[in-house]
Amino acid sequence: MKEMKLVSKRFGKINPLSIDEYINFDGYKNLKKALKMEKTSIIEEVEKAYLRGRGGAGFPTAIKMMGLAKETNKEKFIICNADEGEPGNFKDRYLMENDPHQVLEGMLIVAYATGATKGYIYVRGEYQKSISLLKWSIDEAKKNGYLGKNILGSKFNFDIEVRSGAGSYVCGEEFALIESLEGKPGRTRVKPPFPTSVGLHNKPTLINNVETFSTIPSLIEMGGLEFAKIGTPSSTGTKLISLSGNVKHKGVFEIPYGVPIRDVIYKLGGGIEKDRKIKMVQLGGACGPIIPDYMLDMIIDYERFEEFESKTGAGAIIVMDERFDLFDILLKVVRFFQHESCGKCTPCREGHIQLANLIIKFIERKATVKDIISLESLARVIHQASLCGLGQTSPTAIISSLRYFRDDYIDRIEHPQKG
Amino acid sequence: MNMVNLTINNVKVSVKEDTSILQAAKQYSMNIPTLCYYEDLNIKSDCRVCVVEIDGKKGLTSACSTPVREGMVVNTNSPRVLNARKTIVELILSNHDTNCTTCVKNMKCELQSLARNLGIDENRFPSVFEKCDIDDNNPAIVRNPNLCIKCGRCVDVCNNVQGTSVLAILGRGHETRVSAVFDEDLNDDFCTFCGQCASVCPVGAITEKDDTDLVWHALTDPKKHVIVQVAPAVRVSLGEEVNQAIGTIVTGKMVTAMKILGFDQVFDTDFTADLTIIEEGNELIQRVTNGGILPMMTSCCPGWISYAEQRYPDILDHISSCKSPQQMFGALAKSYYPQKAGLDPKDVFVVSVMPCTAKKYEAKREEMSVDENSPDIDVVLTTRELGKMIKQMGINFENLKETPFDSPFGITTGAAAIFGATGGVMEAAIRTVYEVVNKKPLESLDFKELRGLEGIKEAEVNLGGSMVKVAVAHTLSMAKVLCDQVREGTSPYAFIEIMTCPGGCIGGGGQPYGTTNKVRQERIDSTYRLDASMTLRKSHENPEVIALYKDFLKEPLGELSHHLLHTHYSDRKNK
Repeated sequence: MKEMKLVSKRFGKINPLSIDEYINFDGYKNLKKALKMEKTSIIEEVEKAYLRGRGGAGFPTAIKMMGLAKETNKEKFIICNADEGEPGNFKDRYLMENDPHQVLEGMLIVAYATGATKGYIYVRGEYQKSISLLKWSIDEAKKNGYLGKNILGSKFNFDIEVRSGAGSYVCGEEFALIESLEGKPGRTRVKPPFPTSVGLHNKPTLINNVETFSTIPSLIEMGGLEFAKIGTPSSTGTKLISLSGNVKHKGVFEIPYGVPIRDVIYKLGGGIEKDRKIKMVQLGGACGPIIPDYMLDMIIDYERFEEFESKTGAGAIIVMDERFDLFDILLKVVRFFQHESCGKCTPCREGHIQLANLIIKFIERKATVKDIISLESLARVIHQASLCGLGQTSPTAIISSLRYFRDDYIDRIEHPQKG
Repeated sequence: MNMVNLTINNVKVSVKEDTSILQAAKQYSMNIPTLCYYEDLNIKSDCRVCVVEIDGKKGLTSACSTPVREGMVVNTNSPRVLNARKTIVELILSNHDTNCTTCVKNMKCELQSLARNLGIDENRFPSVFEKCDIDDNNPAIVRNPNLCIKCGRCVDVCNNVQGTSVLAILGRGHETRVSAVFDEDLNDDFCTFCGQCASVCPVGAITEKDDTDLVWHALTDPKKHVIVQVAPAVRVSLGEEVNQAIGTIVTGKMVTAMKILGFDQVFDTDFTADLTIIEEGNELIQRVTNGGILPMMTSCCPGWISYAEQRYPDILDHISSCKSPQQMFGALAKSYYPQKAGLDPKDVFVVSVMPCTAKKYEAKREEMSVDENSPDIDVVLTTRELGKMIKQMGINFENLKETPFDSPFGITTGAAAIFGATGGVMEAAIRTVYEVVNKKPLESLDFKELRGLEGIKEAEVNLGGSMVKVAVAHTLSMAKVLCDQVREGTSPYAFIEIMTCPGGCIGGGGQPYGTTNKVRQERIDSTYRLDASMTLRKSHENPEVIALYKDFLKEPLGELSHHLLHTHYSDRKNK
């Protein structure tokens, strides 16, 4: 099995500092093509391609584009969400560091198709290299007429600005990100209204992930129907996978949707260090499910991931071998969310500390059957009743572990003295 | 407007589009429990107590923030919903000081009733509550973070109704807390002590500083001659504290109750409201005729005075130099009154009952002292605190007989009665200024355009042949609009009334809990009913006020008035 390089095709092949090298490797070609197309037909191609957001939620990109396009405000914004804070994910950083112009080209095409007037890239504060590369690339693009007024001689004007946060996970959530961009603390807003109608500075705003924007130029090049042939019916195109943990080759790999997880780990990642056994694999990041070895033949696909009652498509695969303990990992995950919750809504703000208390009981072998019930019930309430995606997905690891690692729980209850 | 049909708990309902699920259910007598929701405030959707189940949706949805849709099927009480709701309230309680019997809001606490209604008799979650310091370093407001449930109502009121942004939500995750900005204690550098935060707090996290013990102490001290004044807005709201219908006028019973509590004399702040009109009205006439600084702005509201001193120090000379009615009373109570009653001023203990928390602060301002040693007003109680004392005493309020106020501060006019409503001071002033300047009686005393809950109201009056524009604003965010005009020199008005609280004093921060616009309107209606029912309706016709000038003050804006009834303001921004 080999990678399928669509979005990562220039990785390592060009100097990311050089706009000329980008242009010589098909760069900005698709912007030129798009500028000659009807705006509506660009969106139609995205719709035919059935492109879904690569940030995790998997929302159809064309619907967002249509939403923004129909708004008649004078000012409309596009935001590239580069606040890659999900533990285990680093593919957006690769995209920005290896092919920054591709991000800009994707944003330009979407902006042109939707009539957006200004773009922002909200980059995770820790990604200093990405920030300086993007700023450099924006300057280069301006000098070469790809950004600014009358882009490539057309009537299309567009500018992009790089902004960054102060290191809060929740700012990857679209409304928290918007609040942060407005200079406020990163806390989500009540929906509806959705950002495409009332977003940044209360103007219509489209937010997409770095990878989603980076996919747009190839999609335009191939056409929607060709693009849709890649992958599976529910998940078209390719996906960048951030592979980490106890594998031999860690890194970012691009695969078509539909590849089994096991192939990514063993064929692309070279298997487990010292050929140890896999204890568990966490998918998507800290907010994703934890599954056992016997489920690794599952294919990477939106539909399959939804079975875990959580939308986890950011594309991380974190491999943990037999030396790791489930409850240690769960506690780390819960503590992470306890710290990163914005504190706005009750279940998320007050729930994680109680989840942690329950997990500690299992670690200390002081738990009873009642604690399994409480843990399950609380995790589900946080998942179902929280206001934003953070609380709605943070208990996924616990919920999935209760399903696939039930024996570990029972063992802790039945052997209180052991260990 | 289009109607939307949906099903709530198997009941087919039809409501206007854009109605929230919460409101739709309420219209059909199904009340969904809430905690962060407060009528007239923004939807926050923070507490998640109002979550409901919608057919076809995997997660639960907050009813307060979700508009109805055609064909929607909602279940507000499924086992899943009930479990989530219970869990959420248990989580709140697990991080809350649950020593309810010692809490000031015991029996008035929304969290407590919610827990009881949901049948929470045991919390599955261990307490993670950590005690932290109480902020009570000011005379008016106490913030007890140990009781805060982070619902955000106070922050919403402070930021969006008042536009003052004193309170903020700081920290994140489990460390989230409501605090004054930069975690400072509330102080008069930035807080106006309007108390709107306290009036919307569902629990006991923000309350007025309870001064009832000081009053009980004075009342039992045989050496003290304890007198009390009651503000205009208290008589239309105190009833709510003692199980009377909203808007009930309880003047006579209130006086009786205070006699039973042991006050030696019960006086009416309405009297000094009339006096304020005489002084302020003459000040306005003087400014207009002598080319003084205009527009003139009212000075009866201490929250507004703080706001101006903190944020508009450059327009302080626009504010009338008159003390507020409370402080005019205080000055007279420590000068004229002991003289007339044959008492040593040191033995006179003066209590105010106010709808207001900022009045507690105003009474402590150092310039509010006739003898320059002790404050003119010894203790300020809110309407709520008076209600508390009545309950402590075990008075059966409903069956009380009615008693009139005592003399010499007992006769009042309709003009003073309406001081409690936004626009009232302006209307009262116009009634007097018009007749003094034009030397003829007003045809109609009712200035309807100055009444009601509109944020900014204006009117035109003929004064000596020229039309003069006046304006009224309530809430500090509305005050800001008029202040900015004054600052920029574009204000078209001669006279501006500003009240800090929504609705004026009837909506003050010390008024009974549960004040919403509906409640405000009822209290306003009662206020104008009182006015209409009175024989005297103009301040300059008050015989006791006329007598006061004759016996004591001599003339409006005279030397004694200047000494006792007027004050000055200071720049607190650049101090």
